Amino acid sequence: MTPPLLEIRNLTKTFGSLKANDSISLTLGEGEIVALLGENGAGKSTLVKMLFGALQPDSGDILWRDKETVISEPAVARRLGISMVHQHFSLFEAFTVEENIALGLPDMPRAGLAEKARTLSAEYGLPLDPGALVADLSVGERQRIEIVRCLLQNPTLVIMDEPTSVLTPQEVERLFGTLRKLKAEGRTVVYISHKLEEVRALCERAVILRHGKVVETCIPAERTAAELASAMVGGAIANVGRTKRTPTPVLAVRGLDQPAATTFGTSLSDINLDVRPGEVVGIAGIAGNGQSELFAMLSGEELAAKADAVTLLGEPVGRIGIDGRRRRGAAFVPEERLGHGAVPPFDLSDNALVSRHRMSDGTAAPLGFLRHGAARRLAARVIKAMDVRAQGTHSTAGSLSGGNLQKFVVGRELDAKPKLLIVDQPTWGVDAGAAANIRQHLIDLAESGAGVLVISQDLDELFEIADRIAVIAAGRLSPAAPADTLTREAIGLLMAGPAPSSPPSASPPSTSPTHAAGPPSPPPASPAAEHSHAH
Amino acid sequence: MRIDLRRRTNVPWWAEALAPLLAFTVTLAIGSVMFAASGKPPAAALTAYFIEPLSEIWSIHELAIKAAPLIIIAVGLSVAYRSNTWNIGAEGQFVAGAITGAAIPVLFPGATGVWVLPAMLALGLLGGAAWGAIPGLLKTRFGANEILVSLMLVYVAQLLLDWLVRGPWRNPEGYNFPETRFFDDSARLPELIAMGDYGGRANFGIVIALVLAAATAILLTRTKKGFEIKVTGASPRAARFAGFDQKATTMFAFLFSGALAGLAGIVEVAGAIGQLTPVISPGYGFTAIIVAFLGRLHPIGIVIAGLVLALTYLGGEAAQISLGLSEKIAQVFQGVLLFAVLASDTLVRYRVTVTARGRGVPA
Repeated sequence: MTPPLLEIRNLTKTFGSLKANDSISLTLGEGEIVALLGENGAGKSTLVKMLFGALQPDSGDILWRDKETVISEPAVARRLGISMVHQHFSLFEAFTVEENIALGLPDMPRAGLAEKARTLSAEYGLPLDPGALVADLSVGERQRIEIVRCLLQNPTLVIMDEPTSVLTPQEVERLFGTLRKLKAEGRTVVYISHKLEEVRALCERAVILRHGKVVETCIPAERTAAELASAMVGGAIANVGRTKRTPTPVLAVRGLDQPAATTFGTSLSDINLDVRPGEVVGIAGIAGNGQSELFAMLSGEELAAKADAVTLLGEPVGRIGIDGRRRRGAAFVPEERLGHGAVPPFDLSDNALVSRHRMSDGTAAPLGFLRHGAARRLAARVIKAMDVRAQGTHSTAGSLSGGNLQKFVVGRELDAKPKLLIVDQPTWGVDAGAAANIRQHLIDLAESGAGVLVISQDLDELFEIADRIAVIAAGRLSPAAPADTLTREAIGLLMAGPAPSSPPSASPPSTSPTHAAGPPSPPPASPAAEHSHAH
Repeated sequence: MRIDLRRRTNVPWWAEALAPLLAFTVTLAIGSVMFAASGKPPAAALTAYFIEPLSEIWSIHELAIKAAPLIIIAVGLSVAYRSNTWNIGAEGQFVAGAITGAAIPVLFPGATGVWVLPAMLALGLLGGAAWGAIPGLLKTRFGANEILVSLMLVYVAQLLLDWLVRGPWRNPEGYNFPETRFFDDSARLPELIAMGDYGGRANFGIVIALVLAAATAILLTRTKKGFEIKVTGASPRAARFAGFDQKATTMFAFLFSGALAGLAGIVEVAGAIGQLTPVISPGYGFTAIIVAFLGRLHPIGIVIAGLVLALTYLGGEAAQISLGLSEKIAQVFQGVLLFAVLASDTLVRYRVTVTARGRGVPA
């Protein structure tokens, strides 16, 4: 047997009183794909940074091909053949692919680089046009640049940090093909991911870290995702249960089914959800798992098959459109600001009318006439209440920054004093200040006694504002559980797919046989589902 | 090399307003080249084309007669186009309205009284709306392409008219000419100023046109229906979010623009012509598309644009008489004008950037 490529012995790293890595030992053989699993803060990043030379261990040894080695800086790691693909890309949008590659590899001669990149990318099934502008590329294509940049260094050890969080299922498959080819060439891959099903499919070994220690080394294919997750968090994942709440819900969804409208859509199946007065309920999930479809069904942009699938303040509204639901006290903020929540070429005064054009809003007069003065006053009120930075009510929606327009759109709905507010991605692409402002308003609205439903991809946001959190995956919604009983990993596991009706817990019988073979893949919509969000 | 059109974030109002003037200037320049190429002195030709028709009382009356149908149709089309509904078949709806409106004087030649003309106008509205409803229904029910369907129906309407005037509706005392009988006076649109120094042929059609333009301006700016139309056109998803039914808006657009085109048809037949003939329009329904865009899809702009395009018809006739140019020159002018309008609109709203591709790739 060949000596291991890399061996780590009792590696320890302390930050203040926190032992980020506590005497970690592990070996990586040649031609292996090894998963590194653990909660956030378990010590994965610290370990990887030490391998990459970005951090120095306090004690312990690193042996590279049986030779004791000090990786004093990233350049040393690169010379050894250690290369890393980061979760967040460092690319310049205004530059071409080839220029970006060259910028990342200052030691490499520029001449012939484009050609090399082209051949390499073709060889590994990652087609890339070196002359293309990065700004024109999809997220998946941008990741290819990072991978090709890494491969150009002919690495023996490739570290990949959460590479699939931004990819569509098709792109994930392609990436896996590339990784398997690397393995076949004898290169070693360290794969960091929260997506346990992917780890089970790809990696032959998993090293599980918890509180800075290696708690387990296992063959992931032999474990269920639930078992891996419990090993990560140490014990069963919080049991998802109902808290006792008394008041009648402002929104109740019962057995809502909806087939996908388009090829790229997601089917919703058996959605059940309650939003009670005074609470913020969050729906987590990776983009393209049915969030837009659910929003359309809840807002009434799409009608449900049965009236009682959606109940608003005790009244079945499944067959009533968005206008009628607004009249009953609901308000909605869609994910897209421009072109959905607001009309870009219209001024704010006209945009105030988009969702507020009823007599009760004071903006409509008899005989189908509009009161433009009232609309202007409404817009001015929203601008003031939400601190929207705009020249005035005559500014066009398209001229506002994302954050300011989002404040306006949210404020327009808050101004209606809704009893139920449903918000899809409230702070997507919004600067931190505006995001905090919007979140505070959502909490305030709930405290005033309204129900708030927040659909968001941002887990931090949900933990910050939501009382209860449910997870949507492949068009199915898990039961909402109190946020303080949930961990990010529990949610991450639900996001990854297994049937939400049987939340992964310490009750294997309910989930056993199918799990061993793979996820009990819920409706076939999932591969296509994320496609539309690929950009 | 790659040419990109990037939407300008803020287009000043004066740029929007100046674009049609720029388009008109460009058209004049191209027209001069065209005249020069056909051996006519451009200055004299342009004078004959654009100035002379305005120098006489009678020709101003003619201008009003030609402008009326253009304005009426274009006002209707502006509503359709603003809602992103592409009714290209106004010419057919014009003919359909003329046929239904003319049914009274043709089938009941003895009918007289004050009710006749209003009934004809109402039937014209209905006929045009019905003809417009066909592409509207096919679009909303089956997703048929409204551009193709509405355009094809133009030829159906024209052939229907042709058959009627040669067949069942032919004037029994008309020596077998393919025409219906002349309408009774009570079925004619009265002339505006028949006598005196300012007298001429112009009828109440131009008044109807101006009233409709004003009413449509109010519809678009002051009513919820108008808001629905504008939101649907600017952003269909936002319209759905607002709770506006897109299919209903599409249907409304077709009914409204069809009705107005039909009204223009009966106005023309009951006004300027006085009977049905195989051809009742020099392409008003198509020219009105140019009028609508030249007028910025705004009713007041359309009144001005309608007068300008009516002038190209008159100028074409004048150029034929005084310069011996083909009357087709009017259509060439209209075509060039449409291109110029579309081009200047695009340039006002978008910034053109030329990007060289593949920079930085080593040889």
